[in-house]
Amino acid sequence: MKNLDSQLVWAFAGVLGLLALSSLIGVVLKAVIRKPEAQGTISNLNARIGAWWIMSAIFALTLVIGPIGSLVLFGLMSLLALREYVTLLPTRRADHRTLFWAFFIFTPLQYFLIGIQWYGMFAILIPVFAFLFVPARLAIAGDTEAFLERASTIQWGLMICVYCLSYTPALLMLQIPGYGRPAKLMLYLVLVDQLSDVMQYVWGKMLGRHKIAPVVSPNKTWEGFVGGVLSATAIGTALWWMTPFTPAVAAAVSLAITLMGFAGGLTMSAIKRDRGVKDYGTLIKGHGGILDRMDSMCFAAPIFFHIVRYFYVR
Amino acid sequence: MRAHPLAGIIAGAARLISGVNVRWVDSEPDARQTVYFANHTSHLDFVVLWSSLPAEIRARTRPVAAQDYWEKGLRQAVAVNVFQAVLVARRTARQEGQASSGDPKQAIEQMLDAMGSDNSLILFPEGTRGTGEEVAAFKSGLYYLCQRRPGLRLVPGYLNNLNRILPKGEFLPVPFISRLTFGPALTLAPDEPKPAFLTRAREALCRLRSI
Repeated sequence: MKNLDSQLVWAFAGVLGLLALSSLIGVVLKAVIRKPEAQGTISNLNARIGAWWIMSAIFALTLVIGPIGSLVLFGLMSLLALREYVTLLPTRRADHRTLFWAFFIFTPLQYFLIGIQWYGMFAILIPVFAFLFVPARLAIAGDTEAFLERASTIQWGLMICVYCLSYTPALLMLQIPGYGRPAKLMLYLVLVDQLSDVMQYVWGKMLGRHKIAPVVSPNKTWEGFVGGVLSATAIGTALWWMTPFTPAVAAAVSLAITLMGFAGGLTMSAIKRDRGVKDYGTLIKGHGGILDRMDSMCFAAPIFFHIVRYFYVR
Repeated sequence: MRAHPLAGIIAGAARLISGVNVRWVDSEPDARQTVYFANHTSHLDFVVLWSSLPAEIRARTRPVAAQDYWEKGLRQAVAVNVFQAVLVARRTARQEGQASSGDPKQAIEQMLDAMGSDNSLILFPEGTRGTGEEVAAFKSGLYYLCQRRPGLRLVPGYLNNLNRILPKGEFLPVPFISRLTFGPALTLAPDEPKPAFLTRAREALCRLRSI
């Protein structure tokens, strides 16, 4: 168990306790609340909690396996996310081979670069090389119909589903003096980001009255937003001991993660509304698709990475 | 008929690659002898439809496929041994008019023979792969089959997005999430004329496209 240290074990124990507590609450709610109109919400809540157990187990397992485990996990998530994304968007026959490159060349390469710790190439592969390759390959394919829309659609999908998401395991590349294993940093980001989503959902369900963006995301309310951001920031601050941060810095960083996560959720919802769907997929029971779960991570991970890299890596 | 040992693995792989989301609308899986008919846009079509059927039904369901494409080497081995495909000769544009290779009557006999008393078939009545935008007019085979087997159940299944995964003319797949929608069964009415029946069957399929 060379990939475990005592702080990681404490964090895992905390997650386990939280999951057990949520399952208990789920069972109690199901037994106590008899109102027929609340049944849908409660069974969705229990489906979500069930999925959280599975997701946490998979994530913990890959973290214990080591960097390879995390790279494979996030690489697969990028592929699945990209698949959900392109399925929703109007691609044309002539995009086929460019998409093949996106899925089977650029995505594996991006994660391979993290694996060999080549930061310089990791940071520019998609924003520079793929950015230029995609429109050139589409031009070679010869279909000019809606050319710029098609090129930007593929570029954007690669940026969000692959580049931005890959910043999470990219944390494993960071060498922070006196800090030990960066796996803890990855767990910290995932915990604060995902708990922010959960807390926004919980506060929104309990107190939500005033919608923030009714057109884009009917479930997001001011009460949920403020409650979620504050509680996730509080949790992130309380977890300062597993980071290289002081408590005050941990508070600021957690706030940044939660705000970016909110922006991510809202942005990815705007795409769904434009395409007239509720969810990106059906892979995760109760939650929707991979992109529905990871939308906040796509926005939070790159910012978190660069904050840490700028201030803590020398 | 017994399922090939590889059948379960191939069916699982096909469902994984195609990410297929199977829905039965006003319809449910039924072990009775059935002809499943679908729109045709990709070489993956019959594998995906076949793997979307419950295992016990799948084991007794045989796809009807074009001999000219499937009779080569490894393809044939898989088609014949795993899927127990019924390979029929089809008339290509070039051969049209020469009655030689693709005799429709012979194809019908082959299908009836393959069905026996309790096997089901997977059939693509358009006869060839389309682009995915329109479902082409149906060939007559479906009608003649029903004429020879009064009361035969036909179940339409609309395949979405498989043309995006592996379009005509490409050999490398790109992952998309596909969808297969089965609709209610229909049968040939006594005295129903051929054109009316083929149009009705085609409409029953097209209706599933955007449900």
